Amino acid sequence: MEYFLQQLINGVTLGSIYGLIAIGYTMVYGIIGMINFAHGDIFMVGSFLSLILIVAFGITASLPIGLLILALIGVLIISMALTSVWGWTVERIAYRPLRGSFRLAPLITAIGASIALQNFVQISQGARNKPLQPLIPGGFTLTEGSDDGFIVQLSYSQILIIVVTTLLMIGFTLLINKTSLGRAQRACEQDRKMASLLGINVDRTISLTFVMGAALAAVAGLLFLLYYGVIDFYIGFLAGVKAFTAAVLGGIGSLPGAMLGGLLIGLIETFWSGYFSVEYKDVAAFSILAIVLIFMPEGLLGKPEVEKV
Amino acid sequence: MSAPQESFLVSCAKDAAVGGLIALALFSLMIGMQADVATGLGGQLGITYRWGAVGIAVAVVFAGRLLLNLFVWKADTPVTRTLGSFIPKASSVVGLGKYAMPIFLVLAVVLPFLLTYWLGSRGSRQYLDLAILVTTYVMLGWGLNIVVGLAGLLDLGYVAFYAVGAYSYALLAQYFGFSFWVCLPLAGILAAFWGIILGFPVLRLRGDYLAIVTLAFGEIIRVVLLNWYEFTGGPDGITGIPRPSFFGIEFERGEGGFADVFGLEYSSIHRIIFLYYLILIMALVTNFVTMRLRKLPIGRAWEALREDEIACRSLGINTTNTKLTAFALGAMFGGFAGSFFATRQGFISPESFTFIESAVILAIVVLGGLGSQIGVVIAAVVMIGGFEFFRGLEEYRMLVFGLLMVVIMVWRPRGLISVRRPSIALSGGKASVISADLVQEGHG
Amino acid sequence: MTQWNENPVLAIEHLTMRFGGLVAVGDLSFNVGRGDITALIGPNGAGKTTVFNCATGFYKPTEGRIVMNRSNGEHFLLEQMADFKISAKAKVARTFQNIRLFGGMTLLENLMVAQHNRLMLASGFTFGGIFGLAGFKSAEKQAVEKARYWLEKTNLVDRADAPAADLPYGDQRRLEIARAMCSGPELLCLDEPAAGLNPRESAELNMLLNDIRNEHDTSILLIEHDMSVVMEISDHVVVLDYGEKISDGTPDQVKSDPKVIAAYLGVPDDEVEEVEEEVGL
Repeated sequence: MEYFLQQLINGVTLGSIYGLIAIGYTMVYGIIGMINFAHGDIFMVGSFLSLILIVAFGITASLPIGLLILALIGVLIISMALTSVWGWTVERIAYRPLRGSFRLAPLITAIGASIALQNFVQISQGARNKPLQPLIPGGFTLTEGSDDGFIVQLSYSQILIIVVTTLLMIGFTLLINKTSLGRAQRACEQDRKMASLLGINVDRTISLTFVMGAALAAVAGLLFLLYYGVIDFYIGFLAGVKAFTAAVLGGIGSLPGAMLGGLLIGLIETFWSGYFSVEYKDVAAFSILAIVLIFMPEGLLGKPEVEKV
Repeated sequence: MSAPQESFLVSCAKDAAVGGLIALALFSLMIGMQADVATGLGGQLGITYRWGAVGIAVAVVFAGRLLLNLFVWKADTPVTRTLGSFIPKASSVVGLGKYAMPIFLVLAVVLPFLLTYWLGSRGSRQYLDLAILVTTYVMLGWGLNIVVGLAGLLDLGYVAFYAVGAYSYALLAQYFGFSFWVCLPLAGILAAFWGIILGFPVLRLRGDYLAIVTLAFGEIIRVVLLNWYEFTGGPDGITGIPRPSFFGIEFERGEGGFADVFGLEYSSIHRIIFLYYLILIMALVTNFVTMRLRKLPIGRAWEALREDEIACRSLGINTTNTKLTAFALGAMFGGFAGSFFATRQGFISPESFTFIESAVILAIVVLGGLGSQIGVVIAAVVMIGGFEFFRGLEEYRMLVFGLLMVVIMVWRPRGLISVRRPSIALSGGKASVISADLVQEGHG
Repeated sequence: MTQWNENPVLAIEHLTMRFGGLVAVGDLSFNVGRGDITALIGPNGAGKTTVFNCATGFYKPTEGRIVMNRSNGEHFLLEQMADFKISAKAKVARTFQNIRLFGGMTLLENLMVAQHNRLMLASGFTFGGIFGLAGFKSAEKQAVEKARYWLEKTNLVDRADAPAADLPYGDQRRLEIARAMCSGPELLCLDEPAAGLNPRESAELNMLLNDIRNEHDTSILLIEHDMSVVMEISDHVVVLDYGEKISDGTPDQVKSDPKVIAAYLGVPDDEVEEVEEEVGL
């Protein structure tokens, strides 16, 4: 039971991170119907930006707690801003010129952008792992362990991740549902041509979608860094595929779906590693992706697609 | 007169300045500060500052954008149009295709002799190796072209079949001692079999979803190869895979070897030349079969499927079977190429079958122009040849590669050869080619 | 005048199709007479295309039976068959409201694809074809001749080697009919064949349809809004409104049915007579 509880906590934490990345996939797919293959690498860039800032500012666990939190918020804001520029740039260079053209072309440019980003970071930041000393050590001990002596831990960083994700999700849902930007976005999802006839700047709306996705990916990047304490230039690929799986599982185009899917993928991965084998945890994620797509391509919260004849 | 001229310059400069600012935002941290494990900090991260590099990067973006503004984007007569007039139009390339194909073929056949004649057997080796590599990719491109170009099924996990072929040969040779010539067809059949098994559940998916599931399958196969240590050797791979023989005659020094039998002086280049011809013939067979199938009902059904699946079903075509044959056939050629890869390298490991390989093969097909056989050749020569050519760039190579994929696709979204030649003509003569703008790209 | 009930080529029995809560077609029964041109008409949203999609296997009906009686005595329950088998085995071909041609392929190729199953058999499921068997060669020649025949019939033979997407709209409609005919159907279902045609093209279409019915043993079921086409060529008219049949008979019978007029003009039944006078019936 204790072991189960611990896996549950770990799974929810991991799932929160996947969910944040998945929102970027789901929004972009919703609005322009393409898989933004480079999104996982935008997440990776965000993670690196946070790392650089943390090291440059000299943020360590020895800072007073108030200062530490302030500093991390500062890091988060700068990293979100800069990652957004990266997301915007990728859209501007690799996708916008191909809008309305051949469907395969943006897929290839997306793969190209992904390769370019990975190798750019590898060159500029070095290929080695980047280990970071834990910034938020410690946590609560939930149970003192029963017969088998297993201790359930809820660390402060896990609390931070879950709280930040929840707050962001609430804010983000409000943004999409209540503001004119959100309305413009939903209009573009429905019918881009009609939206532009009604005076919506479609290009700008799409750009903003990429910017928002990148900003959330930057948050995920910082949380990932705080949680695992080590990153490299290759983390984007796997995290990206899993987050995409989450988006599909939840129902692509649906924001709550992305979050739900993220949680499920995080839980499945942790439980799989906890109870079966760590080596095959990626196989589990990929298999779920395949199974979901084959048997319920509309996902959990998505709308079923009726074939038009 | 001078006022608009000036404002033109100013607007170009302003635009370039904005580009420079964005570049500054992009690069200030990522290039300007390198967070790496520094010596003397006890394994902790430290920052190396490189503001000079940021300055160069921003200056390059500014200057590049300024020049592009001045001469291409905002200019009255873009330089590219002047340059473009030197580049042959797609239609004339097709006209050339009639001659290009035989020329390519003759060149490919005599290549080893030219190389050894000019460079000697030692000097020509690296070029022959490159030629073998390019031809392997041509074959893979042609195989994938059946799936993506003809049937319009987007497959991002093609490398899985390449891996199945390679491991089939390596394992059959290791466990049963089968020779290359026995394993080659078996590898193809096994890959086709896997194509059917993987294809059956996923082929009713459309477009991007199919792409992502095939990607997932490709990764699953790789992860299994990586972790099934007892059977596949895991990350260590399989070593000592037997080299192919010339129909039973080994390439060895001494009596009974290839050189001895044919009365030649022994040279290690013989085996390389043999491998080159082997992959050339395999690739040409792939091409021949594909060209032949295009003119048969199955090939036409593939193309019809790419154009409109619902119409196909209304005409009585079993779309599932039709897709499966395309998938299986593409997989089979991938498997053949895989077993060639294994015998050439003598060593395989899961590292050779990553997603990047699939992406490269797909890029060759799309860049070449979907469905175009000669386009695949050109794209493979440019991409793989170019990639090797820039070996001096070392780590920058993949960066340039990725950026080139973006640039070429933006420049020509339809690929280099973007026309389709009809498979049959009523008038008996050759029907004129069809512009790719009319050709659909498939939805499944 | 109920000859379509004696030996119908297609019998639709109690067909119901629901999409969630929406009843697109409710308990619909009618027959398509052998050798007849039967028109299915009704206001927009009446469920006509849904009937087509059920009969050609693109939708699985919620309830009901659709029986195809072939001239060789075979019977097929279409609601249980996969879409491609309905064309291949039951010999029902169709066209689409928004034309579905293979745009990047030539006209001839379009018509060759329609003969896929026969050619596949002749090519020994491709294996024979690769090695150029003589049997396949002659089968292919026959197929080309059949395609040429239909291209001539539809006045498209001059453009046989041009891509289908390049054709003007009216020609595309005719090509779609030619393609359906190349699959050798006994029942041809046409979804608004005259939509978007000019009067001359419309008249040509009438001739073509009469010709198909008279010379090729093919019965026709068509959806049409153009009443001049419907009244001129059809033998039998079925009127749908809100997914239900409101009238079924010869064109003259239907024309004078007050329910039909009410459905089209949207007036209460007691006012129908006034309306009739106004429109001159």
